[in-house]
Amino acid sequence: MKILVAVKRVVDYNIKVRVKPDGSDVDIAGVKMGVNPFDENAIEEALRLKEQGKATEVIAVSFGSTANHDVLRHALAMGADRAILVESAEKLQSLGVAKLLKAVVLREQANLIILGKQSIDDDAGQMGQILAALLDYPQATFASTIKLDGNEAIVTREVDGGTETIALDLPAVITADLRLNEPRFVKLPNLMMARKKPIESINASELGLDIQPRLTLLKVNEPPVRKPGIKVNSVEELVSKLRAHEGIQL
Amino acid sequence: MKTLILAEHNGKELSPAVQQAVTAAQFWQAPIDLLVAGGNDAILQTAASIQGVTRVIHANAAHLAHPLAEDIANLVVSLAEDYQVILASHSSYSRNVLPRVSALLDVAMISNALTIQADNTYTRSCYAGNVHYVVQSIDKTQVLTIHGSNFAAASLGANTEIINIDAPAAFTKTRWVSETHNLSHRPALSSAKIVISGGRSLGSAEKFEEVLSPLAAKLGAALGATRAAVDAGYAPNDIQVGQTGVVVAPELYFAIGVSGAVQHTYGMKDSKIIVAINQDPDAPIFQVADYGLVADLFDVVPKLTEEVNSRN
Ligand SMILES: Cc1cc2nc3c(=O)[nH]c(=O)nc-3n(C[C@H](O)[C@H](O)[C@H](O)COP(=O)(O)OP(=O)(O)OC[C@H]3O[C@@H](n4cnc5c(N)ncnc54)[C@H](O)[C@@H]3O)c2cc1C
Ligand SMILES: Nc1ncnc2c1ncn2[C@@H]1O[C@H](COP(=O)(O)O)[C@@H](O)[C@H]1O
Repeated sequence: MKILVAVKRVVDYNIKVRVKPDGSDVDIAGVKMGVNPFDENAIEEALRLKEQGKATEVIAVSFGSTANHDVLRHALAMGADRAILVESAEKLQSLGVAKLLKAVVLREQANLIILGKQSIDDDAGQMGQILAALLDYPQATFASTIKLDGNEAIVTREVDGGTETIALDLPAVITADLRLNEPRFVKLPNLMMARKKPIESINASELGLDIQPRLTLLKVNEPPVRKPGIKVNSVEELVSKLRAHEGIQL
Repeated sequence: MKTLILAEHNGKELSPAVQQAVTAAQFWQAPIDLLVAGGNDAILQTAASIQGVTRVIHANAAHLAHPLAEDIANLVVSLAEDYQVILASHSSYSRNVLPRVSALLDVAMISNALTIQADNTYTRSCYAGNVHYVVQSIDKTQVLTIHGSNFAAASLGANTEIINIDAPAAFTKTRWVSETHNLSHRPALSSAKIVISGGRSLGSAEKFEEVLSPLAAKLGAALGATRAAVDAGYAPNDIQVGQTGVVVAPELYFAIGVSGAVQHTYGMKDSKIIVAINQDPDAPIFQVADYGLVADLFDVVPKLTEEVNSRN
């Protein structure tokens, strides 16, 4: 059984991105990049399933430019068996990526596809669901536990107000929540070894799919900042200040 | 052309966020249909009472008792032809279903729109709320979730027609097994007027409860938590506030022993008034707080609890 994991390259979560002065996009020149945190959970889970003997191969796939080699190498260093980069000169949007990913899933005959539940740059949270729909596969989003049992995956999902457990026939698509697992650290020798592993490249345009962007980015703004507040010296002062606000009864 | 709202409910009640979705839908000045999948009479009655709705469409079938994304998406798609806009309030339910709908319609979906503007243009927040994108869609059907707290709730009091329809056959490759509810006597986090959030500094589940509960009880507040507190097991996962949890915008938000990481502030910085209690004067939370108190929370929270009057 093959597991495919989608790995996105994003700005490191500790970095506060800036908007370009002309408001055309965010300025990420020279900014530290890394694996989307949720995708690390996805890789980790795939590796654990393989270690449990439930899977035979873990393949990492990323979409974008050759800059994505670094996140694929990270996946290889964590323990993925192979890595594929789908290269596209055009900027990709969710629907386009999902169509390309579908092509890779079918080519690889993967039985389980694990993605992150959302990317921390776009905060879209759509890809797993879109992919599942395009493949007509069952989906389990926001997974906090995954068990494989024969041809079935039992997944507990984190939902508003609690959890939900569902059973899916394989092949299926699952998206990882942060609490799915604790991703392993990458050891330096593994990283060195991963540098030597080949990364397969596919040219997106050769797949003959409609990956044209559907959304036009008109402008990028910094959100309005809150007015600076004040420090109070005591609980009494805090309560009296709050009471002075209209509508707040304390 | 018309607008379709996917109306969320929990089997017992209609989600209050549906009223906000109705206000958002009014932007298009087209007839608004509310789709209720499964559910009981009380849910339908509430749906039918929302002002501004043209029709309530009720789809009932045994397999809709525990809504699965695949079944709800197929249901929405079976109706989609008549609609130019399909929307819902952003929640774990709509985030599960609507991307699937968008893919089946071959359109791009807009997640968590903060504003709706003319010509299919929307503001979205990206990078944990550090950046706002203004995007325009070229698709013929608009599929989106809206940021509920940015839209006023449509009022109740109407008596709208309810139409019953059949649902497409069950998907069957996914089966519901079980669910757990984090039962709480407190108000729902996403709609509470006051939210009290605690961080890792509370130190244990017992302390989290012991220190924050009496204040929450007195103020009729909901409890929230940081990811660090949830990961440490001090609080249940469904009360995590932030980029990857719940986004809240109450009248009053208390951040208690919370450092103020952007992933957390994403989920609360639209609150009307923010109070932060932290012993570190340089904690980033003070940059978004209207009132900051530099103190040991274990000293001042009990005092604060004593000082405020009970709102019950
Ligand atoms: C992809 C990703 C997504 C994330 N999503 C979320 C999210 O949705 N929500 C979220 O909250 N976090 C999220 N995080 C985590 C986030 O980055 C922070 O790590 C987290 O919010 C910190 O939680 P904290 O403030 O409880 O803990 P800490 O950062 O450890 O802060 C504890 C604070 O308590 C103060 N303190 C300690 N003792 C006392 C005392 N006795 N009295 C008063 N103050 C005291 C300290 O000064 C400190 O400021 C995410 C992280 C990643 C990578
Ligand atoms: N360009 C990409 N390359 C690889 N994986 C991606 C890409 N975009 C999105 N994904 C995957 O889809 C998940 C959800 O992303 P999103 O829907 O953009 O929030 C991510 O966590 C990744 O697993």
